[in-house]
Amino acid sequence: MTAGAPAAVAPAAAPEQGRRRPRAGRRRIRRLTTRDRLVITVLLGLPLLFTFVLVWATTLASIGLSFTNWDGIGSAKFIGIDNYKELFTNYPPFATAIWHNLLWLGFLALVATPLGLLFAVLLDRKVRFGRFYQSALYLPVVLSLAVIGFISQLIFARDDGILNTLLGATGQGQHPVDWIGDPHINIWVVLVMAGWRHAGYVMVLYLAGLKGVDPSLKEAAAIDGANARQTFFRVVFPVMRPVNIIVGVITVIEALRAFDIVYAINGGTNGLELLSVLITDNIIGEASRIGFGSAIAVVLLLISVGCIVAYCMTELREEKT
Amino acid sequence: MTAIAAGPAPKATGAKDPRAAVASRRVGLHVFLAAVSLLWLAPLLLAVYASLRPYQETAKYGYFSWPHHLSFAYYREAFTQSGMAQHFLNTLLIAVPAVLLTLFFASFVAFCIARVRIRGGFFILILFTAGNLLPPQVMVTPVYELFTRIPLPYWMSDSLTMYDSYWGVIAIHIAFQTGFCVFVMTNFMKALPEELREAAIVDGAGVWTQFWRITLPLCRPALAALATLEFAWIYNDFLWALVLMSSGDKMPVTSALNNLKGQYFQDYNLLAAGSVLVALPTVILFFILQRHFIAGLTLGATKG
Repeated sequence: MTAGAPAAVAPAAAPEQGRRRPRAGRRRIRRLTTRDRLVITVLLGLPLLFTFVLVWATTLASIGLSFTNWDGIGSAKFIGIDNYKELFTNYPPFATAIWHNLLWLGFLALVATPLGLLFAVLLDRKVRFGRFYQSALYLPVVLSLAVIGFISQLIFARDDGILNTLLGATGQGQHPVDWIGDPHINIWVVLVMAGWRHAGYVMVLYLAGLKGVDPSLKEAAAIDGANARQTFFRVVFPVMRPVNIIVGVITVIEALRAFDIVYAINGGTNGLELLSVLITDNIIGEASRIGFGSAIAVVLLLISVGCIVAYCMTELREEKT
Repeated sequence: MTAIAAGPAPKATGAKDPRAAVASRRVGLHVFLAAVSLLWLAPLLLAVYASLRPYQETAKYGYFSWPHHLSFAYYREAFTQSGMAQHFLNTLLIAVPAVLLTLFFASFVAFCIARVRIRGGFFILILFTAGNLLPPQVMVTPVYELFTRIPLPYWMSDSLTMYDSYWGVIAIHIAFQTGFCVFVMTNFMKALPEELREAAIVDGAGVWTQFWRITLPLCRPALAALATLEFAWIYNDFLWALVLMSSGDKMPVTSALNNLKGQYFQDYNLLAAGSVLVALPTVILFFILQRHFIAGLTLGATKG
C-alpha cells in the first residue's frame, strides 16, 4: 500500500516517450493529490490489513503450531517433526483422506467441469426455453452443501430411499445397496452430489465466456471451412482463456475445501474421510490436538500452494505477454 | 454456430434434406436438455415432496409413492422448534454487512489495480487471489485464538471479545471473500472503456470521484452477479460460525439446521422441511436477481 503513494497515471500521453524507454520512461502526466493518496491508503490499506492478519498471518501461525504438541490449554512445546512422523506412519485415515481429496479433484475436473461446459455450449445457441434450462441447471449452486448433504440422505437411504425404490431393490428378499453406509460406495454418491452442484456453476461461467467471444472469429473459422467441432476446440475454447483459468481455479478450490457435504452426511467418517474433516476433528474435536491438526492443515496447505503457484505462473506469463 | 447452419452447412449434409436434419437435431437437443434439467431439479423437488408427507407414510410406502396426506406440519415444526426466525435474523446480520463491505473493498482494490495502476498492483492482486485459494481449515485455530484475545466493548458484543460475536464472523468473511471479488472485479474493470474516466480526470476529478461516480456505476452487472454469489456463499457457510461462535442463539441458520439434525436424527422428513426452509431464501434471491444476473452475463465487455 506504500507503493500506492507515488503511483503514476500514465494512459494517454505515455506512448511517444514510452517507445524509446519502455520501462522507466513512463512520464507522469498527473501526480496524485494528497487527498487521493489518503483515499488510496485508507481504502486499499484496510482490506490489505484484513487479508494480511486474518488470512496470511494465521496461515503462518498454523505452520508454526504444526511443530508443537499444543493442546489448546497448556503451554506449547516444540517437538520438531514428530507430528508429521506420526501422520505418515501411524495415522491410517490420513492416506484415505488424501486419496479422497484427489479423487474429488479428478471427478470435478474430468466429469463435472466438462459437463458444465457442454451445458453452456448447448445453451449458448439461443434455444427455446433456454432460460428455463439455465435456471434449472444453476439452481443447485445456490444451495448450501450442508443442505445438499441432507437431501442426499433422502435419495440414497438404504431401506426407503428414493433411488432404491426406483431400482425396485427394496422389499422382502432383496439386497438393497447401502449407498451411504457402504464405505466403498458412499464417496461416489457424495461426488455425484458435489458434481451436480459444480456443473451448474461452471456452466454459468462458460455462458458468460461464450457471450464474450467475438462472433466474427467464428464466422472467419466457418469461411475457412472449419466444422462446428473444429471451430469450438481450435478457436472458441482457446479464446476463452481467462474463463478457463477461473474455472480451473474454482475446480481446485472446491476440491480442496470439500467439507460441508460429508460433514452433514456422517461427520466425515466411514469412507468419507477428507483432509478438511481430519483437521476439524483434531482441532475442535474432544481430543483438541491442535499441533497434530495443524500438521494436517500444513499438508493441505502444501497441496494448495502447489496449485496456487501453478496459477500464479500462468498469470505472470499472461502479464508479460 | 448459427453462421455455420445458415452458410456452408447445406453443402456438407449433401443429399439429405438439410432442414429435416436441423429439425431432428433440434428435437434431440430439447429432449436432452429437458431430461437433464429434470434430473437437476429432481433432488430438490423430491425434498419438497418428502417434507409435505408424514414420516409414517414415507416409511411405509417409500419416498417414491403416491401421497395419502399432505401438510405443512413439518415446516411449522422445523420453524418453531429450532427458533428459525432468530437464526434467519442472525444470518442477515452477518451476511448483509459482509457482502456489502466485501464488494466495496474489492471494487476499490480492483480499481487501484486495473485503473489507477498503482505500483505493485499485480502483486496485490496475487496476494488477494492466492489468499482466497487457501483452505479455511488452515486458518481455523489461529483465527480462533486471535479472536478470543481481541476485546470488544459491551455494546458491540456481549461476550466482550471478537470470539462469539457477529463482528468476528463478519471480519473473517470479508478477509476471505475479498480475494475472489478482487479477482473478478479487476478482470471486469480492465474490460471497461477508459474514455469516461479520462474525461473525468481532465475535469479534475479525484480518485474517489473516478471510483464512486464514474467506474462503479459501470460495474453494476458484475456487482449484481458477485452479490448473488457472495450472499449465497456466506449464507451457506457453516464452518466459520461453528468455530467462531459458542452461543447457540447467535448461530446463523445453516447451523440451526444442524441442531434439527441432532434432535430428530431419524425423522428425515422434518430434516427435509428444515432444508427447504434454509434453501428458500437463496433460491428466491436467485430468481429475483436473475434478471441482473443474466444482464451481467450478456453485457460482458461493455462497448461505449
